[in-house]
Amino acid sequence: MNESQPSPVSRREFVRGGLRVGAVAALGGLGGVMATRSSADDFLWQIDPQKCSQCGHCATDCVLETSAVKCVQNFSICGYCDLCTGYFEAEPIALNTGAENQLCPTGAIIRKFVEDPYFEYTIAEDLCIGCAKCVKGCALFGNGSFHLQIRHDRCVNCNECAISRACPSDAFRRVPRSKPNIERVIAH
Amino acid sequence: MKTRDHGAHGKHGTKKIPCLPCFPWFLLFFLLTATNLFAELKFPPPEFESGYKMPQTQNPIPRSLLLQYADVFVLAAALGVATWAIYKKRSRKWVIGTSVFSLLYFGFYREGCVCAIGSIQNVSLGLFNSSYALPLGVIAFFALPLVFALFFGRTFCAAVCPHGALQDLVLLKPINVPQWLEQGLGIIPFVYLGIAVLFAATGSAFIICEYDPFIPLFRLSGSTTALTIGASFLIVSVFIGRPYCRFLCPYGALLRISSLFSKWRVRITPDTCTQCTLCAESCPFGVIREPAAAPSNSRALAGTRKRFLWSLAVLPLLIALSAFAGNQFAHAAARMHPDVRLAEMHVKKQSGVDPARAPKDQIALARAEQASTELLARAATVQRRIQIGGWILGGWIGLVVGLKLLGVAAGKRRVEFEPERSGCFGCARCFLSCPQQRMKDGLGPVAVPTPIAASMGK
Repeated sequence: MNESQPSPVSRREFVRGGLRVGAVAALGGLGGVMATRSSADDFLWQIDPQKCSQCGHCATDCVLETSAVKCVQNFSICGYCDLCTGYFEAEPIALNTGAENQLCPTGAIIRKFVEDPYFEYTIAEDLCIGCAKCVKGCALFGNGSFHLQIRHDRCVNCNECAISRACPSDAFRRVPRSKPNIERVIAH
Repeated sequence: MKTRDHGAHGKHGTKKIPCLPCFPWFLLFFLLTATNLFAELKFPPPEFESGYKMPQTQNPIPRSLLLQYADVFVLAAALGVATWAIYKKRSRKWVIGTSVFSLLYFGFYREGCVCAIGSIQNVSLGLFNSSYALPLGVIAFFALPLVFALFFGRTFCAAVCPHGALQDLVLLKPINVPQWLEQGLGIIPFVYLGIAVLFAATGSAFIICEYDPFIPLFRLSGSTTALTIGASFLIVSVFIGRPYCRFLCPYGALLRISSLFSKWRVRITPDTCTQCTLCAESCPFGVIREPAAAPSNSRALAGTRKRFLWSLAVLPLLIALSAFAGNQFAHAAARMHPDVRLAEMHVKKQSGVDPARAPKDQIALARAEQASTELLARAATVQRRIQIGGWILGGWIGLVVGLKLLGVAAGKRRVEFEPERSGCFGCARCFLSCPQQRMKDGLGPVAVPTPIAASMGK
């Protein structure tokens, strides 16, 4: 190694050091700007049932094999109808649990007799595929107590929800982790 | 919400009377709300007589925020261990161990979300869109690896990123990619970065996540196309070292820039380089450079100067040209935004050109008709922003290409065999080919210095 070697190396090192300080400062500045627009809470995806149009894309567009979107029953606004238009086909042969009468393609709705003339309807989430057929039926003639929600125990919380891109009704939005569900209310 | 509250009041009224003087008021209130309730619900909620208790809707609880912050802690710890393994321990085995952990934790357990690569988009969206608040955890995932890169180089790529770990672990039969191809394809990550930032900042799409090849593999679920692309990447990774990291990864582009200024760098030899050339072929990513002296005679120096100056002169022209090209691409790019797409459909329908549409589009169009002026205004704003973004994106690409040319023209002076700062992933394979290191570790001499032997770590 000759004597002149250290000089250019140290100059390069000096430039590099200066640029590094600059980069750290830039990153710090960026971090500062980001921090002013940040939130300690995290965000999750959720469906606004008031916007949902029951198009059926929730069942097919989720990145998961079986969609993380499920039908949810809001018992407090359910009419407990015998002829539930969310449970039965358009013209059911009989008002019983026979498969030919059911609207749900996977038989995920459980119908239970409560007292005359009321029936309770609950969703078996393991069977539900989020196709929204029952939601549509309930909204059409019933109170609209069935509604779609993303189930956070199944959802992998993609950075950008694949169903949200397919949703024609703009019903998907990011909600804070501390308030992860949007309740179904009755439209005025 | 309102309706439910009213319902609850009604129930209280029938069961328990709180105080006698306010009873008439209460009754009036109850009657009013009750009629209101009946007007809204097609079927009034039944009054059960059999003592049936209405069940509460059960909502599963999402993963706690605390665990989300624990991920940040694991990230920092893994970065620390990886850096220690490369710089202090100088051990390939430790790097592999950390890689396996990261692959299991960030890959298969966390299913790759949120990762540093994808966080670029959240940061872009957060910076340009005030309605989106950036979660602190995401900021940490974005910034921590970059800060580490400014001091230690790409130790994040070495053993913390699950994408890198997966590709590195399956690399069994590395083949060399010629330098000209390596340098050419090396521009893609910068272009990809620019496009991804443009789409994320305008709220159009998160393309990095949408087209990620490995996330479907981590989740073991996804469309057939996505899984096929993932599997193909994995097969290619057996022969070509880290194809995603080298030729696609947009976060890799950021790390490349940061590690150019890194305080410390990976040195192949623990001692002094004897220039034995045994390490030259050991890098499966082709980043080890031979020692190069400064141009010895004035003619060679003049040649280098000439090339450098020419590249410098071409730079502004290149930026201007590609900025123009970027602006041309903006019109088509704007269609990535859902509002712009819907607005275009809406305008077409209004002007009578309405092809048969999917049910989904018809629902969207019905929504567009409800609030068409707002939609058109929103779409116009997005289009304008993407037009401006197109200029910047084009300029950025021109700048990257120009600087690459400058870098090639300038050449570099080196006194020992060393990995290129920005390209080195810190995988620690080359350490094992250095006789000085082997002596330290008490290993015998290398039999054949081939990339294959080095990659096997034996």
